[in-house]
Amino acid sequence: MLMLSAGLVSAQGALAQGTLRIGMTAADIPLTTGQTDQGGEGMRFMGYTVYDSLVEWDLTSADKPSTLIPGLATEWAVDAEDKTKWIFRIREGVTFHDGSDFTAESVVWNLDKLLDDSSEQYDPRQAAQGKSRIPAVASYRAIDPLTLEITTKTPDATLPYQLAWILMSSKANWEAHDKDWEQVAMEPSGTGPWKLEEFVPRERAEMVPFAEYWDETRVPKLDKLVLIPLPEPNARAAALLSGQVDWIEAPAPDTIPAMTANGFVISSNAYPHNWTWHLSRLEGSPWNDIRVRKAANLAIDREGMGALLGGLMVPAKGFLPPGSQWFGKPSFDVRYDPEEAKRLLAEAGYGPDKPLKVKALISPSGSGQMLPLPMNEYIQQNLAEVGIDVEFMVVEWNQMINLWRAGAADPAVEGSQSINFTYFIQDPFTGLIRHLSCDLIAPNGTNWGHYCDPEMEDLFSQIRNTFDPAEQDEVMRRTHEKFVDDALFLMVTHDVAPRAMSPRVKGFVQAQNWYQNFSSITME
Amino acid sequence: MFSYLLRRLILVLPVAFGVSVICFLLVQIAPGDPLTAIMPVDATAEEQAAMRAAYGLDKPLPLQYVIWVGNLAQGDMGRSIATGRPVAAEVFGAVQNSLLLAVSAAVIAFPIGIFLGFLAGYFRDSALDKAVTAVSIAGVSVPNYWLGIVLVIIFSVNLGWLPSMGAGPGGSRDWSWNWEHMRHLVLPAVTLAVVPIGIVSRTVRALSGDILSMDFVQALYAKGMTRFDVLIHVGRNAASTALSVMGLQLGYLLGGSILIETVFNWPGSGFLLSNAIFQRDLPLLQGTILVLALFFVAMNLIVDVAQAAIDPRVKRS
Repeated sequence: MLMLSAGLVSAQGALAQGTLRIGMTAADIPLTTGQTDQGGEGMRFMGYTVYDSLVEWDLTSADKPSTLIPGLATEWAVDAEDKTKWIFRIREGVTFHDGSDFTAESVVWNLDKLLDDSSEQYDPRQAAQGKSRIPAVASYRAIDPLTLEITTKTPDATLPYQLAWILMSSKANWEAHDKDWEQVAMEPSGTGPWKLEEFVPRERAEMVPFAEYWDETRVPKLDKLVLIPLPEPNARAAALLSGQVDWIEAPAPDTIPAMTANGFVISSNAYPHNWTWHLSRLEGSPWNDIRVRKAANLAIDREGMGALLGGLMVPAKGFLPPGSQWFGKPSFDVRYDPEEAKRLLAEAGYGPDKPLKVKALISPSGSGQMLPLPMNEYIQQNLAEVGIDVEFMVVEWNQMINLWRAGAADPAVEGSQSINFTYFIQDPFTGLIRHLSCDLIAPNGTNWGHYCDPEMEDLFSQIRNTFDPAEQDEVMRRTHEKFVDDALFLMVTHDVAPRAMSPRVKGFVQAQNWYQNFSSITME
Repeated sequence: MFSYLLRRLILVLPVAFGVSVICFLLVQIAPGDPLTAIMPVDATAEEQAAMRAAYGLDKPLPLQYVIWVGNLAQGDMGRSIATGRPVAAEVFGAVQNSLLLAVSAAVIAFPIGIFLGFLAGYFRDSALDKAVTAVSIAGVSVPNYWLGIVLVIIFSVNLGWLPSMGAGPGGSRDWSWNWEHMRHLVLPAVTLAVVPIGIVSRTVRALSGDILSMDFVQALYAKGMTRFDVLIHVGRNAASTALSVMGLQLGYLLGGSILIETVFNWPGSGFLLSNAIFQRDLPLLQGTILVLALFFVAMNLIVDVAQAAIDPRVKRS
């Protein structure tokens, strides 16, 4: 309906110069105290705006995958003798919004906030968001105000990626608010380029530039950044079309033609996101036969699915997006080839008279799940055409998360051999290791399918023990090649993080990342 | 009257107890883990167990209920799992917004519904009656969230006259709203008013039509009363039942507007309830349902007492 009527859209609404109003998909303002909730969106809008981490992502380019860059740490290195010891050089002259200094002690205080439940500043809410992001960390200490030492449990070269999750909040501000995180939530203090000026729970958050930000190139140009939770897609579209916001996240595909026809800009780019079926490798699962796994991957018409999604997807060529720095050169070509799929299935003992029956867990919605019902029905049709009959078990998203944690062997999944789950694949651990590592088999970790392979374990070990970034990238490429060549997942598509915005929004560069830089933006 | 009031007040207590038990149990039945929303998706089993213990969710259900009721008795509705904020503050802030919306819708709906219903009843079986009937049936039949979207498209997107979402400048709302707040109120209030217009007009039509055909009305005319005086008598006879319907409608307006509040992003109790359900935020869900249910109980009480005051037959029965 919005699409049909938007032809009559009239530009209206008096807008303050230099104010960017964003309609988020979240139902509430993300946690403001430091470590955010609400997943990638929380980190995007409340994390890397108000706060910084020791290690950050380079968000300046739209043309290449983001890489790690110095943040509150200017450099870091592992001890040549003891690969569990890391030294981080802390950036000099950085202050929090409240004026207090950022030092190595600040990092220790923040890590205690997440990891030491006996510390005064321990915050269970932030710990719930941050603790599992830094599984490698064993201990830490400030050697001097500008030198930090972190010791890991075992040698782990992915530590810098893990630390990119951890945001630094101000001890002085916490003390000024009676050491009460609930009070801090209303007036938080980070070192980031934006200061939270006003916060009305569930309604809006207003940020202004932090003029003393340590990176002069990232001092925001806007006067104000306003975040508005708008979880309902039609409400988001109407708010943009009626001029109440200037930018919305995840516009519904059917509203996009109307928006573009009326001058609104759709911004999208490849980013580390994966829409897959995670496959069970328990004894008796049909997915244990590589011919079946390859056949299923060859049965999916991804270009056709692109039409279903208004073109807002990148067809999968592997587990990682085709432009990823870790894609490598897999020999299995993930493509649409139903005849080859039928041949492989016949070789595996299935055919028109003996169709393969599989059961898949799917959800009607969920963070990052795109449009799961029509997409899964599309897959069901594609697979049926080559001789794979799919039965769905549809569960609500939060229940789906529980079943994902429980793993394929849990009775609650009722024999499902597949689960449609989307993945954040921005770093080595969350991107690859956590899905297939033997010691993370569910329910001890997130290896839903109970996959365990010595060759893969060796690759994971190499990733953790290769401290030279270029060499580590090479191991990552070899690992991904095995993901694809063994067809370990049903690899379908990658989201492109679409966002719609007013033509008045200028200077935005959409990085190939879950996070974005808002400092370069101006309003015409 | 006093003994009637006392009897009704005493009856409220077991109802409130029943409501609290149902509120508590209903949200426990749904599948899923209430801590899912705040735990990272890849939290380990140990982290999940620790979190469950921290929120008291590892205790037996009856004990959880006793603790919950005990805290309620002290005015403590707990803290939201999803936000950590006090549930009482969240719920009462949202209920205030919903009450504003519900009262605004009622102010639009009830006079229009009464007027249309009375017209239809007075001119029963006329073209006017048929027209009012058509309008009222449309009112109760049209999905109001759909109507809300249509109104947004016309008045916000196309004409640009009224805002499509939110309740106006945040954090400063009270009962003395300014013009900007009023502008935000118009579309959701009108949308919400459509169903009660239909229901009230149908009720009043039936009542007034029936009463007008009764013998005592003819007797009043025979005694020489004016048409206006007779209508006052008819109105008094219809008031008791009409009041009952409108009281219940006000309750529905407050608690039953989840879709409207979602369409308009209105920060009320319906919106809060849908978020609490989506996030399986047990304390928030229990608190919101309890407050809305108790509001229903209170509305029933007020309606019963008002009915008794207007019509002594109610008190005797």
